[in-house]
Amino acid sequence: MSGPLLEVRGLVKHFGGLAAVSGVDFDLHPGEVLGIIGPNGSGKTTLVNLITGFVRPDAGRVAFRGRDITGWAPHRVARLGIARTFQMVRPFYHLPAYKNLVIVLRSPRVRRLAGGAWGDLDEVAVDLLEEVGFERDSAVPWKAAGALPHGYLKRLELARCIALRPDLVILDELFSGLSPAEVGSLVPLIERLREEGRTILMVEHRLRELFRIARRVLVLNFGGKIAEGPPEEVMASEPVRLAYLGGE
Amino acid sequence: MAPRALPLAGIPLAALLLDAYGRKVLVSTLTFALLTLSWELLAMTGIVSLGQALFFGLGAYVAGALNHALGWPPLVTVPLGTVGGAALSTALLLPVLRLRRIYFSMVTLVLPLILVRVIEATKVLGGTEGLHGLAPFPGQPVELAVATLAFWAALFGYRRLAGSDYGLVLQGIRDNDRAVTSAGIDVHACRAQALFLASAAGAFAGAFMTHAYMFVGMPAFALDYSILPIAAAVVGGVGSFAGAALGAFILVPLSEALRGLGGLRIVLYALLLVVFTVALPEGVFHYLRRKYEQRERWVEVEQ
Amino acid sequence: MWQGTLVYGFVNSVVLALTALGFNLTFGIGGVANFAYGALYVLAGFAAWFLGRSAGLPWPAAAVLAVVLTALAGWATCRLVLLRVRGLELSEVIATFGIGLAILETFRFLGLVGFEYTLPALVEGTVEIAGTFVDAQRLVIVGVGGALAAFLWLFTRYTRTGLAFRAIAQDERTALALGIDADRVAALSVAFGAGLAAVAAVVILPLGTIAVESGYDVLLNALAVCIVGGLGSAAGVVVASFILGYAQVVTATALGPHWTMIVSLVAILAVLALRPSGLFGRQKELEERI
Repeated sequence: MSGPLLEVRGLVKHFGGLAAVSGVDFDLHPGEVLGIIGPNGSGKTTLVNLITGFVRPDAGRVAFRGRDITGWAPHRVARLGIARTFQMVRPFYHLPAYKNLVIVLRSPRVRRLAGGAWGDLDEVAVDLLEEVGFERDSAVPWKAAGALPHGYLKRLELARCIALRPDLVILDELFSGLSPAEVGSLVPLIERLREEGRTILMVEHRLRELFRIARRVLVLNFGGKIAEGPPEEVMASEPVRLAYLGGE
Repeated sequence: MAPRALPLAGIPLAALLLDAYGRKVLVSTLTFALLTLSWELLAMTGIVSLGQALFFGLGAYVAGALNHALGWPPLVTVPLGTVGGAALSTALLLPVLRLRRIYFSMVTLVLPLILVRVIEATKVLGGTEGLHGLAPFPGQPVELAVATLAFWAALFGYRRLAGSDYGLVLQGIRDNDRAVTSAGIDVHACRAQALFLASAAGAFAGAFMTHAYMFVGMPAFALDYSILPIAAAVVGGVGSFAGAALGAFILVPLSEALRGLGGLRIVLYALLLVVFTVALPEGVFHYLRRKYEQRERWVEVEQ
Repeated sequence: MWQGTLVYGFVNSVVLALTALGFNLTFGIGGVANFAYGALYVLAGFAAWFLGRSAGLPWPAAAVLAVVLTALAGWATCRLVLLRVRGLELSEVIATFGIGLAILETFRFLGLVGFEYTLPALVEGTVEIAGTFVDAQRLVIVGVGGALAAFLWLFTRYTRTGLAFRAIAQDERTALALGIDADRVAALSVAFGAGLAAVAAVVILPLGTIAVESGYDVLLNALAVCIVGGLGSAAGVVVASFILGYAQVVTATALGPHWTMIVSLVAILAVLALRPSGLFGRQKELEERI
């Protein structure tokens, strides 16, 4: 198909007197991995919330496959095939890991993609956990999510995303709180998503790991875009260095 | 397996062994059990209803009005009262469902109180007098049978729902509704569905009682109908339908036994609520179940 | 003719504002929707009555003592019950609901119903304003209302406790990080709210009798005012009180006194359907907490 998968034009959001996002434009092309970086408070998560419908924009436009989805309710956005993770990971603690996925799988999108019926969601959930590296015969799928370590919960979060068989995957600081080894184990999963033809938007603080996957990067500061381009180019630019390292 | 057989066999057994007065208490217990099960379903979805009386009263008035104005028999008005009451309840509460849960609780508390005053002021549907001389059920056995069947339907139906994938989604909405939304599930629609299903049990209870007492009036929105189900659920154990039912089966006969205390009873329910909420959040049912399971559990010893 | 409506509407609005202020304070700050609020109002009334009639205290002393006792009751409720379930919204709601109900229905059970349960007015007699005769007590209510509003404004801006209230209301976690004892402040805010309810009771109840039903009415009205004005906003309480206050008086004159509750119902449902955060509400209906 021609044209960008996602178009964002002039998104603005104010919270009280604070401009969290003030006029952001960018395009996302099918199959690419775009990174969004910026100092704390630069509006990255708000941008994600604006795109996925969790927050209504004060101004601006979001289009997915040419269709205007500005201000759509989050469940409608998700049904189009846009899946996201949440920065604060909150699984259903008392439920086993696979039941966490069953809840997500009982989505109209999953039913549609499966040809009109959900089928045995328990089985699908266990299969899905295998896709993210939790073997069927390990104890993990049947352990309560509350008993799993943080790194596993992040993988569960990713599985939650994949469950929707999304076209666009938005990862909001997936790597936060993980050791380099844990991040290393997640990277192949993300790479595989890209190979499967999905488009990925990654909001990240862990720049080194991000630059291994993302070919293009967007830098936000104080709610506005200050740079866009390949990682090396962007990190070398003056405005970005000022934003991260401050003035003299 | 044994606990499941108890409500199935126990109620007909009780009906045979009890006298006429005892059977009236049983009917009342079943009605309150329905209100408690209804509360429990909402709690499972993360909704705290402080106004079960709303569902009860609306169901009662729909059935009563149909019987009074059109002369339709109970076996027609009760189903219509159930569905009509549930539809009205859901419609009234729909705008509040989207909001923070505390708003919902507040509005459920307040609506029955306001509706009572509306009826008083406008004098519609019998006003302060209410509607008298409504049709009874064709005999007490039928009355008891209808109540028992409805109770079984609600108890086993709601339990089945809770164990299904859809029930899991509802519980997910209770725990983390953003995660459920991001899966593409319309959380508001699910809440509305749960509200309709839950209010149906409450509306049935109201419609049923209208014909059991052959009367409907402002007392249909009484606070007792709001508070006793919560007390029963808290005593029996929030988090299980069997517990909720057990709570009702404990409190309603107890309430009958304490009939002499009159207005003090509602004070006791209220205090019970507070005590159990603060001191014994687990409730009686879970405590008993733990004991039951402990008796039966084999412990594997590694060789 | 219309001057009567104007004057009585004004008084009614102040009455509503007085009763709603305490509830709004507790909810906006402690985050506790104190469903026992109406009960505390009636409790204050009966406390003043017993202190004045049975214990024979001079009326102003009885009134002040009643306010203090009610504030203590609020504080005790918080410390003994609410703090144990703090954060569990379900339990908080059920617990305050239970306490309020227990108090009100105990009064009803004890038979504290009847015409002898009245409180003396602070000032007797009537005054003529703009061609209408108004009880002097109603003017006292307006005076007290204004004084209370001014006091609260100053208190939340210029005292440490008041500033702590606002800090907790805005962002509890940051307030905790700054060394503000949230539990203590929550208990204080409940006590304060209870005290405000008591002041309202002591000043308003002389207009009629102390009725158990007014406990529920007060809760209903406080909720209506706070929902219309926006929970947590003091300006909202004032504006909403005037809107509802006048709406009630106009309805009562045109249709009859029973219809005033319908005003509350319509107001609640309309606001929640159209603009759920209320006129000045800072609480967003769909939480934007991430």
